[in-house]
Amino acid sequence: MALRDISKYLRLDKFPHIWCPGCGNGIVMQSVLRGIDKLGLDQNKVAVISGIGCSSRAAGYLDFNTLHTTHGRALTFATGIKMAKPELTVIVLTGDGDCSAIGGNHLIHAARRNIDLNVVVFNNSIYGMTGGQFSPTTPLNDIAATAPFGNLDPPFDLCELTKAAGATYIARSTTYHATQISNFVIKAIQNKGFSFLDIITQCPVYYGRMNKIKDAVDMLKEQRDNARNIKQWSILSDEEKQGKFVIGELHNQPRPEYTESYQSLIERHIEKRQPSPKSEERETKSREE
Amino acid sequence: MPTLAKTGNEAMAEAMRQINPDVVAAYPITPATEVVMIFSQFVADGLVDTEYVAAESEHSAMSACVGAASAGCRVMTGTSSQGLQLMSEILPIVSALRQPIVLCEVNRALSGPINIHCDHSDTMAVRDFGWIQIFSENAQEAYDSVLQAVLIAEDEKVRLPAMVTTDGFIISHCMEKIETMEDDAAKKYIGEHKVKNSILNLEKPITLGSLDLQDYYFEHKMPVVEAMKQAKDVIVKVGKEFGQKFGREYGLLEEYKLADAEFAVVALGSTCGTTKAVVDELRNNGLKAGLLKVRVFRPFPGEEIAQALSKVKAAVILDRSDTYCNQGGQLYTEIRSAMYEAAKKPLLANYIYGLGGREISLEGIRQIYKQLQECQSSGQVIHFGVRE
Repeated sequence: MALRDISKYLRLDKFPHIWCPGCGNGIVMQSVLRGIDKLGLDQNKVAVISGIGCSSRAAGYLDFNTLHTTHGRALTFATGIKMAKPELTVIVLTGDGDCSAIGGNHLIHAARRNIDLNVVVFNNSIYGMTGGQFSPTTPLNDIAATAPFGNLDPPFDLCELTKAAGATYIARSTTYHATQISNFVIKAIQNKGFSFLDIITQCPVYYGRMNKIKDAVDMLKEQRDNARNIKQWSILSDEEKQGKFVIGELHNQPRPEYTESYQSLIERHIEKRQPSPKSEERETKSREE
Repeated sequence: MPTLAKTGNEAMAEAMRQINPDVVAAYPITPATEVVMIFSQFVADGLVDTEYVAAESEHSAMSACVGAASAGCRVMTGTSSQGLQLMSEILPIVSALRQPIVLCEVNRALSGPINIHCDHSDTMAVRDFGWIQIFSENAQEAYDSVLQAVLIAEDEKVRLPAMVTTDGFIISHCMEKIETMEDDAAKKYIGEHKVKNSILNLEKPITLGSLDLQDYYFEHKMPVVEAMKQAKDVIVKVGKEFGQKFGREYGLLEEYKLADAEFAVVALGSTCGTTKAVVDELRNNGLKAGLLKVRVFRPFPGEEIAQALSKVKAAVILDRSDTYCNQGGQLYTEIRSAMYEAAKKPLLANYIYGLGGREISLEGIRQIYKQLQECQSSGQVIHFGVRE
């Protein structure tokens, strides 16, 4: 079956994009668009927010309401948009450094509130834009520009992190499993609450080169070889899990969504605040004084 | 003295290597990343004794710097634009704690819109935080000023943080021939870090940063006021001694063919190099053109500028940033204020130029001198080089 034309979602006048040959970011961006396309969302009712870094340049290429913000703060800008216009579908495109280092604070709090944001992390385990410094998802002992002898800082498992913080829909996939990404995007958007997609993508230019992986195709093959679905993962021993990672729908547990709770709080209080005759009397008195 | 080909970022990193600070904490940001990246390679290669902290944001980086300085260390870092903005909360604390941290700052336009190229809006935005601010015309000056900044900042009379700036991409990424010191000479020049107060001195434990309300807060700001006054003389002294030792003398200002000039441009940073070329050309054509380069913006050399401009007919103040106060850019408003008491005042105009890296060419500077000759009254603020 031929793939549907998704060029209507792109600002083609902004092309060519800045991503390096072999970069996986285009695959992630395309998968997000295919998910949106399948849902048949009105382009004008979708807001795409991004931070700073390679991944965050995506917002500039997409023809929705877009807001390209500052490093680490995409989630806070997005929170403002969602609070003001809860009817919008709000998608946050971010990177591992953007959302879990400089913006890590916002990630846990947005998840805690269970506000209806759909976060797609382009997780390439490195700061690509500034030349390959290690990020909070760089595996232990891997080489980075700031870790020439191997990374000393244990990485975050972003799915576990957001689960603990309170996200209600969490999934992980890779650029090798591109069609799976679109399905998770659909379910994330359908989830009324904080949805978090950890998408493993390849940076052959910095991460691959420094860690002696020959090229982008080899990086994709590594994703294929090291990814395990939930069923396979569940029967692996701790030893067998070394160097492998789980992909799939990792968490799906709805609970009240923040903007809805907020609205119902307002409504409850408006009811309560119906002025009683006594309070009116008090107000008149205080004005006179 | 070794002569090397270095970019501005490489020159600053080289100065950092020779300074060999105890701690560097940083976070990557274009176009300053290279400064600390190259330095981190020196750390990895064992060429320095520095503890390198790869922080999770600039806010954390500057906080770690303050922690290290509180523990008695010589501390340096580097950043740019949004990174400097994110450090903003900590910057006035550094000066209040009298910590001589030296920061390599690469001037880059502030968001928004997002831009990675040069203007001075980032450095100007933090001008009132009690930091010494030194601008560089080229990579050589950046190298020399970073070394001098350590001596200035750590001087007993000063004890204030200092930032040395280059212009993003124009200096930071362009390769030039620079002269560096021999390692031994640099080491001797920089000297040992003398710690005045440290929380780690068990003989004399101290408290830093405690709550200070209406009772003493005001009094505790006064030492910063006083130190900034003292800093002026110290900068001149350090610049002069640097000249005696290494042949390149520095001051608060640099006058270029200004002594008999009728028309002057006043500028900061790399644009001064472009202006010098135009001044030479105009002089050949018989016009008495001159340049006043402002090297040090904090402390502000107001009296010196007023003196230097006292003989010119008219001057254009070039600002690579705007205050949005409707009265012109930072350099202009401060110079105009400094001229208030001056007995002889030239006509002053303000040209705001080059925002977000908009090119300023030789032709652009020629036009500015041409328009300056037609200047009839003071107070014009012109946004130069902007498309309609």
